[in-house]
Amino acid sequence: MVELRTPLRKVRGLGSTRSGTSHFWAVRVTSVALVPLSLFVIGLLLSLAGTSFLEARATLANPLIFVPVILFILISLEHMRLGMQEVVSDYIHSELLKVALMMLNSFFAVLIGATCVFSLLKIAFGG
Amino acid sequence: MSRPTAAAKRPLSPHLTIYRWPVTMTLSIVHRVTGGALYVGTLLVAWWLVAAATSEDWFNTANAVMGSILGQLVLIGFTWAMFMHTVGGLRHMLWDTGVAMEKHVSTQTAWASLVASLVLTALTWVALYLVV
Repeated sequence: MVELRTPLRKVRGLGSTRSGTSHFWAVRVTSVALVPLSLFVIGLLLSLAGTSFLEARATLANPLIFVPVILFILISLEHMRLGMQEVVSDYIHSELLKVALMMLNSFFAVLIGATCVFSLLKIAFGG
Repeated sequence: MSRPTAAAKRPLSPHLTIYRWPVTMTLSIVHRVTGGALYVGTLLVAWWLVAAATSEDWFNTANAVMGSILGQLVLIGFTWAMFMHTVGGLRHMLWDTGVAMEKHVSTQTAWASLVASLVLTALTWVALYLVV
């Protein structure tokens, strides 16, 4: 096959990172999962509106609620991390800033995820 | 290495400013913006869960802030962003199968998803006010 990239382009490592398809696919898989999960969570929030502290905690501690809620949170965070990565690579052209923002993006998603998981576990098992 | 020698900026033909703004473009931008808003919105979700895990005081404070007029406006926006991004996502999934990509069809689906997101948001909040 004819090589279309110049040797300079190649030596600088610019071009495909060969991970585009898996990124694209991960966005699709997470979005498919999020459709029913989002509807479930909106319904849950409607049912939680106006409930007391103890009632809300008892609802969240129920395994049939807890599992979809934690899935919703973790899958949402991965979906938004992938999305924000796309936004950063689209608009940020300085290499250093781009790498820094992509790291911050991952740190943010993991921090929010750990916080939510800890809170849900405490609600379910913390007594 | 050869570099462009012209120092002056080359003139650009007018583009964004002279064309009628198509609804498909609006929805493309809205999909990104709502995605970004939902990104920030996870802070609210985390705050509410932390409050529910911490104490009744924290829980009541979080609910009072979110139940205030400003809080409700933010949550209505959050709900709309979620429905808009979800419906927009379904539109993308449709395109992924290779259908509905003609210009006039994508204009129709753009309007349909905008209307659907507004209707779903309205239904959710009507249901909420009926519950509470």
